[in-house]
Amino acid sequence: MRNSSWGFLLMFLSAFLLDLDAFELRKGQKTERISGSAGDVLEDDPVGRLKVFVYELPSKYNKKILQKDPRCLNHMFAAEIYMHRFLLSSPVRTLNPEEADWFYTPVYTTCDLTPNGLPLPFKSPRMMRSAIQLISSNWPYWNRTEGADHFFIVPHDFGACFHYQEEKAIERGILPLLQRATLVQTFGQRNHVCLKDGSITVPPYAPPQKMQSHLIPPSIPRSIFVYFRGLGARAAVWENFKDNPLFDISTEHPTTYYEDMQRAVFCLCPLGWAPWSPRLVEAVIFGCIPVIIADDIVLPFADAIPWEDIGVYVDEKDVPNLDTILTSIPTEVILRKQRLLANPSMKQAMLFPHPAQPGDAFHQILNGLARKLPHDKSVYLRKGEKVLNWTAGPLADLKPW
Amino acid sequence: MKFQVLQQSHANRGRSNSCRGASPLDSSADGSGGTTKSAAAIFWIMLHCLCCLISLVLGFRFSRLVFFLLFSSSSTNNLYTSTLTAPFAADIAETLSFTTSLRNFSPPLKTDAVTSSSNSRVVVGRHGIRIRSWPHPNPEEVMKAHRIMQTVQREQRVQYGIKNPRTLIVVTPTYVRTFQALHLTGLMHTLTNLPYEVVWIVVEAGGATNETAALLANSKLQIKHIGYGKKMPIFWDARHKLESQMRLQALRVVREEKLDGIVMFADDSNMHSLELFDEIQKVQWIGALSVGILAYSSHSDEDPFEAPKNLNELDEKKSPLPIQGPACNSSDQLIGWHTFNSIAYRQKSANYIGDMAIVLPRKLEWCGFVMNSRLVWEESEFRPEWIKDLDMVATGNGEIENPLSFLKDSSMVEPLGSCGKKVMLWWLRAEARADSKFPAGLVFLFELQFNIPNSLEWRIEPQLEVTVAAKRTPWPDAPPELPSKVILENGQKNATKTQTQRSRRSSRGKRKHERLSARISRERTEK
Repeated sequence: MRNSSWGFLLMFLSAFLLDLDAFELRKGQKTERISGSAGDVLEDDPVGRLKVFVYELPSKYNKKILQKDPRCLNHMFAAEIYMHRFLLSSPVRTLNPEEADWFYTPVYTTCDLTPNGLPLPFKSPRMMRSAIQLISSNWPYWNRTEGADHFFIVPHDFGACFHYQEEKAIERGILPLLQRATLVQTFGQRNHVCLKDGSITVPPYAPPQKMQSHLIPPSIPRSIFVYFRGLGARAAVWENFKDNPLFDISTEHPTTYYEDMQRAVFCLCPLGWAPWSPRLVEAVIFGCIPVIIADDIVLPFADAIPWEDIGVYVDEKDVPNLDTILTSIPTEVILRKQRLLANPSMKQAMLFPHPAQPGDAFHQILNGLARKLPHDKSVYLRKGEKVLNWTAGPLADLKPW
Repeated sequence: MKFQVLQQSHANRGRSNSCRGASPLDSSADGSGGTTKSAAAIFWIMLHCLCCLISLVLGFRFSRLVFFLLFSSSSTNNLYTSTLTAPFAADIAETLSFTTSLRNFSPPLKTDAVTSSSNSRVVVGRHGIRIRSWPHPNPEEVMKAHRIMQTVQREQRVQYGIKNPRTLIVVTPTYVRTFQALHLTGLMHTLTNLPYEVVWIVVEAGGATNETAALLANSKLQIKHIGYGKKMPIFWDARHKLESQMRLQALRVVREEKLDGIVMFADDSNMHSLELFDEIQKVQWIGALSVGILAYSSHSDEDPFEAPKNLNELDEKKSPLPIQGPACNSSDQLIGWHTFNSIAYRQKSANYIGDMAIVLPRKLEWCGFVMNSRLVWEESEFRPEWIKDLDMVATGNGEIENPLSFLKDSSMVEPLGSCGKKVMLWWLRAEARADSKFPAGLVFLFELQFNIPNSLEWRIEPQLEVTVAAKRTPWPDAPPELPSKVILENGQKNATKTQTQRSRRSSRGKRKHERLSARISRERTEK
């Protein structure tokens, strides 16, 4: 009797499992599960896995800056503002700093804009320094670890190097006070001074409503082979392929830009002013395979998203042979890339929607932070031990903000 | 603002330098070896001022740029152009300064010359622009790319397109006449290009003939060629009636053979877009589409190729293409019908086939409707109760103008093509002149892809010695004066359509033993 009941249980279990597999297979016919080096983590829910304490800084560090220039809400670096808003009302927020795993400092360092809307990084080091001085003197948590359990959002061009020119940024290096903190930034390049180990790379902010309002039915056939709209630095592409009918490239942005991307098979994402580009986000949202022409680039959420399986990497020196490279990709590989791109969790992970939705970029940042837990015992310093050099860096940075 | 500060400090420096330069000038003016020294000093001051001014204008240190261009080595001389992905980058290009990058890169441009790149001096990014020596597309790669796109599109159709497509049952009434080959071939090619199963029921007035059978034999479609006893009448009214009866006959065939699928009525002279066939797969019982009517209203008394002279405001506002089809309210529900209003057509409409006037459609044509074939099956359990039985509808002498007669409740019609907003089908009746002969032995003037058996050839014999161009062609090199107007026999000075013109030429060519020019001169003397 017992044997038969066990047998029944076993059969029931196996049937259940097989059913699950079948379900996965059916789903897999349309899209494919995204599984990066960290595993199948895009759909993880960070709630319950970490607690974040948000420092209450005076409004001159955040609200007042935004009031002075509300354009900061729409530019590529708006992630720092939206992340603050998200954390304030998120279930991972804790009001008790003793139980917090991570500490967040809401300082908008990328909101000093020129009349043209470009952010100037010259005051950012002083602003950051001033904020850190504030939190280290008013709360004991900074000094406890010298910032190792704190994270900062530094979305500007070269992250915490705080400069838009690469040479200058390398010269300055990452702000010394942020040596131990975790940085969340858009900049990602291997073996670069301005990307330190353990940083979380995020996509630049792209307005989600604007992109979603330009969606066309997915049954419209993709009839453009390679699509690109952008500016002069892509001259290598232009010079080589302007007469090639397979390449729809130009410097002018038409009004049908988003619709055109949905009718293209490949979208070029070449090296920009800084080695990231909103083109990547747009290509993913619109299901166009991104062709990444940027040597050594580190793409957003690189441990959660297998970019080599999704996009095509082309070395900058191989640009003249772009057509050969793209046409020699086997069709099964192309179809697989499209299936991966069609996965809604992939698209969701690139967006900063408001209000926040499960699986979006905010949640991926939290997942990334959660994966770094628990903190190593060594981050907690002994009493009186000091690691950071508060007087390091250019003299101009040491002036009060 | 920082830049203005920078520029200002630079200007200050410049000015102070010039001040310093000015004082030795003053002092040296008194001094002995003054002239050459002061000339050099003046030159230097002027150069400096020039550089300052240029820097002020351009916004960066021009002198530094000159320095680098003159004195730096080629291996590390890579200038970053300042561009941004943001839309306001163009301004940045002007206001931000150039810099040199000191990173180690892959071999300089010299070795690139070995790998056959052109020697472009402009450098962008970290590697400089490499241009291959033959910047033209490789045709094999183009083919590969097209195959890739084909695969992608096929996959798209599988993923997002119609699942389980139903067979199309296409009903076409036809009869043997001059333009039959033209119309039927067009329809045949359209149907051959569909990715769906097609059963083509061709009903021929006057019985099934060999000519039609020969035309149809060239296609790979599944065709049912049915003869219908009566011959096609000359007058359009009667022709419309007969066509309706022929379609009903085809529906009887569907009923007898229990064909399963979607019935659509494709008249042989109509034009169908391929999207139409994807759209009609959505029909459940009976659907309606918008049909564009290729009939133009006012000004048809004049030459269609002449620019309309008296365009009043009303005509301009009128939509140029009348459309028949379903009308919907804002929540996409069928509320009525856009029908064809023949009152708007001020000129005479054609009475008989080949008449030189446009042919007007009925209020709602058959071609704008599609039906599930089960509607006409005998057993009533297959169809909803608001459909009348085929036999009940088909008897009686009244003309069935459109399939709405099948319905007890015409509000059950499904509007297709985004509620009639999309026109994927155009109705046209274009036939050769009534007196155009159609014997065996005339050659097509149009290219055909398959071999035409002898009986259907159009051949001009003897070869025309003089080819007379049509009078009012849109092409500029047409000869100015033509006697074509003179050839008109019924005295109408109306402009003619090109197809009647062509048929006239072909029928003229039939006269085997007369030269065209001789005939023209005869006509002229007659007048």
